[in-house]
Amino acid sequence: MQIDLIKKIIVILFFAALLATPYIMKQLEIMSSDNESDIDKQSAIERYGFFLEEVSDETGIEFKHQSPLLDERLNHILPQVASIGASVSIVDLDNDGYQDIYLTNSRYNTRNALFKNNGDSTFTDVAQEMGVADLNKEGTGVSMGTVWGDFNNSGYEDLFLYKWGKPELFRNNEGRGFTRVTDEAGLPDWINANSAVWLDYDADGFLDLFIGGYYDENINLWKLETTRVMPDSYEYATNGGRNYLFRNNGDGTFTDVTEETGLTTRRWALAAAAADLTGSGYPDLVIANDYGVDEFFVNENGSFFRNAGEPAGIGFAPKSGMSVAFADILNQGVFSMYITNISEPGVLIQGNNLWVPSNKRDDLPVFSNLAGNFGVELGGWSYGGQFGDLNNSGYQDLYVANGYVSAEMGTDYWYDFSKIAGGNQAIIEDAKNWPDMGGRSLSGYQQNRIWLNDGAGRFREVSSNVGGFLDLDSRSVAFADLNNSGTLDIIVATQNNEAKVYRNNTDPASNWISFHLEGTDSNRSAIGAIIELYWDDKRQVQVVSGGNAFSSQNQRPLHFGLGKSEEVEKAVIKWPSGREQVIDKPEISRLHRVTEPTGN
Amino acid sequence: MKTDVKGEFSKEETVYRDGDLASRESSSTPSAVSKLFGKADLKYGKTYMAPLLITGILLAGHLSFGILESYDKFIAAILASFAAELVLGRFITGKWRNLTSAYISGISVGILVRSPMIWPFVLCSLLSISSKYVLRYKGTHIWNPSNFGIVALMIIAADSAAVLTVQWGNNMWAMVVIWVVGFFSLYKVDRFHICATYVLSFLAFGWLRSMYTGDPYLSEIALITGPMYQLFVLFMITDPKTTVRSRWGQYLVAFLIAFVEMIFRLNEAVYAPFYALFLVGPVSLIIELWWKNQKAAKLSVSN
Repeated sequence: MQIDLIKKIIVILFFAALLATPYIMKQLEIMSSDNESDIDKQSAIERYGFFLEEVSDETGIEFKHQSPLLDERLNHILPQVASIGASVSIVDLDNDGYQDIYLTNSRYNTRNALFKNNGDSTFTDVAQEMGVADLNKEGTGVSMGTVWGDFNNSGYEDLFLYKWGKPELFRNNEGRGFTRVTDEAGLPDWINANSAVWLDYDADGFLDLFIGGYYDENINLWKLETTRVMPDSYEYATNGGRNYLFRNNGDGTFTDVTEETGLTTRRWALAAAAADLTGSGYPDLVIANDYGVDEFFVNENGSFFRNAGEPAGIGFAPKSGMSVAFADILNQGVFSMYITNISEPGVLIQGNNLWVPSNKRDDLPVFSNLAGNFGVELGGWSYGGQFGDLNNSGYQDLYVANGYVSAEMGTDYWYDFSKIAGGNQAIIEDAKNWPDMGGRSLSGYQQNRIWLNDGAGRFREVSSNVGGFLDLDSRSVAFADLNNSGTLDIIVATQNNEAKVYRNNTDPASNWISFHLEGTDSNRSAIGAIIELYWDDKRQVQVVSGGNAFSSQNQRPLHFGLGKSEEVEKAVIKWPSGREQVIDKPEISRLHRVTEPTGN
Repeated sequence: MKTDVKGEFSKEETVYRDGDLASRESSSTPSAVSKLFGKADLKYGKTYMAPLLITGILLAGHLSFGILESYDKFIAAILASFAAELVLGRFITGKWRNLTSAYISGISVGILVRSPMIWPFVLCSLLSISSKYVLRYKGTHIWNPSNFGIVALMIIAADSAAVLTVQWGNNMWAMVVIWVVGFFSLYKVDRFHICATYVLSFLAFGWLRSMYTGDPYLSEIALITGPMYQLFVLFMITDPKTTVRSRWGQYLVAFLIAFVEMIFRLNEAVYAPFYALFLVGPVSLIIELWWKNQKAAKLSVSN
């Protein structure tokens, strides 16, 4: 009898221990984390290697995004339908060596902004005089994002604007203005896109253009013919907009090669990025899809894209892909990819994905999701996830933008959202079945994350500690060295709110080096070029991107932090043309302008 | 169907035992395998109905849509469930317990819990099984194991896990087939009336909620087309341990679950059905056990 009693007590204690486990884990996590906020600049630099100062007003970058107003039949759920469109992209529009900033607006008759860098840490909006401001005219749709690429190899970056509406292409007139060339380019009349990437998929030296469809391209969100416009499943939707791949003919025109290259899915693409992930010499394409699985398209010799999501490991579990970016997070000479998703405590814990290549199968990298192991899994309702070495430590850090709809504080639409999101296709896809949001928030007021990479397999969140606290509904994030100081500054576009610019102050003892590449046989923007940098028994690869993360594009030059190292062994450049170039012992703490060698 | 109200750990005679629909524990001299998984007689029937049905749903969902986020989490849920059942059963009763119930609990946890981490799956399975050995009234456990595990997980680890609420796919026919096969199977084991009562009550209360909130009726009943409700209706509320033995009592309990769920829903609880069953199941069972004991006591006094 006594033994039975003892046994029961032991089982009860075991049961109590199980119930207490999450609480104990939480306490241990709090004890081991940095919870000191609002520390001073010097202390932050000493401890974390950098400190951020919000300088939007000081620099003259005053820009407030406005969300679209759509067909009145969507008014009851407008805040969530019209929850995207704030974007930022970086360009040196006149090759003066200073990075400029383009920001989109998304309401009819609002203007986009092109903030030209004056070289003295101030900016001037020149969009109107350059002809790229008034792009949200009634009846033409509204802006969702931009990517810059020198499609005509003129030496100046051209602008592609994707919209919910008529997409636009502008040729850069040697930095003095832009000419609209949309009609002769042969772009579609109407799309509902939220992603685009410049890439030279066939390595012919001319930039091609991928556009990812979100809403079906036959839908005009201002004049609905039907209210059946919503996804037909929350995790397996296939009724999104079509994707496009336009081959650059080299004469200012483009040919739609979507069908022949196999990019024909309709999975509500929200982000895309391209890089040679298989070592084939051709850029592969990763698409982060909302309401479904992400896609990994392997480029087969510049002629066809093979969907290898499942064999590569990333196309298995459906989530809500919002952003995709590549980085060599462990300095191993290989790219990992970070795809953001949704995590809301108690309702939906998808977790962001950090896909790290674990092995190869038939030349195909096989990825494992190690976001939990690295500590970058739970962000919130995440959008842009951007890599960059923020403290020049020699390791790629991660900035993640969070927050969906911040409406009335203390209210919550999640319950209503979850009940309809679980419905069958016949119910969920019809907007009229969705409950009225009624001014309520949905994953609002979430804090952005700044995760510092320790180089040993862990990231730690430091946003509040380094002056980077931000809880506006953030969407698009871009990094650029705005004052040529050798640090990556941060620009964040927020939905229905002000853009934020953060000046980065790093530890002066941490060194850096950066490279601006210019192709000759390759496309002149050198998009797709990969630099592998060797220093201090480390190596790191970075790729020149034609657009990445969520609706964003970083500065064209590739920036490497070097930590305390005083010397770089070499930089190996793999140009899109296939040519390989080695630069021995490049000088540190400066920008190197490298032109692709010609001939053999 | 005989009923075990003594609730001894050693032997139970109910067809549905240990929370989820489970197999009858053999009293003959079984082999090692049949000891762990029930009778070796593979004839389709009550014994194997529940595990076969849930395995079928799992396979259909996974092969069609890849519903399992990863095999490791799913396997962890089942293994943790098995381990808890074996260790706790052996520790308390001195015998190896039949694993059919643990199998169903493990699968339920593997399907219903959504988390990018493995530990919530393990914890939920351990809580589910161990609740059977700890939370008992008059010798019988009073919570459906996986219902308890999921509700406990949502209370203590909401920032690390969630419960499946979305559709597996957009194929209406897949949903219809699961419902039809599920209802037919439950009809064969005389549990269909519980499901039917609950579903009809849910649809009626959905209309009331729609009237009250002003939200579209379809949005109020949309969730019942999804897999969360399929598992809840087919596997959780049909567990007699969370209802009562009398047929009219089962009607009443199913109705009350739907009613309490409506109260939770009006208070915007995302996992309202689980919370409703979590409350109604044990309370109704305790009342019934108490009433039967009182009745038995009166009979013994009068004799």
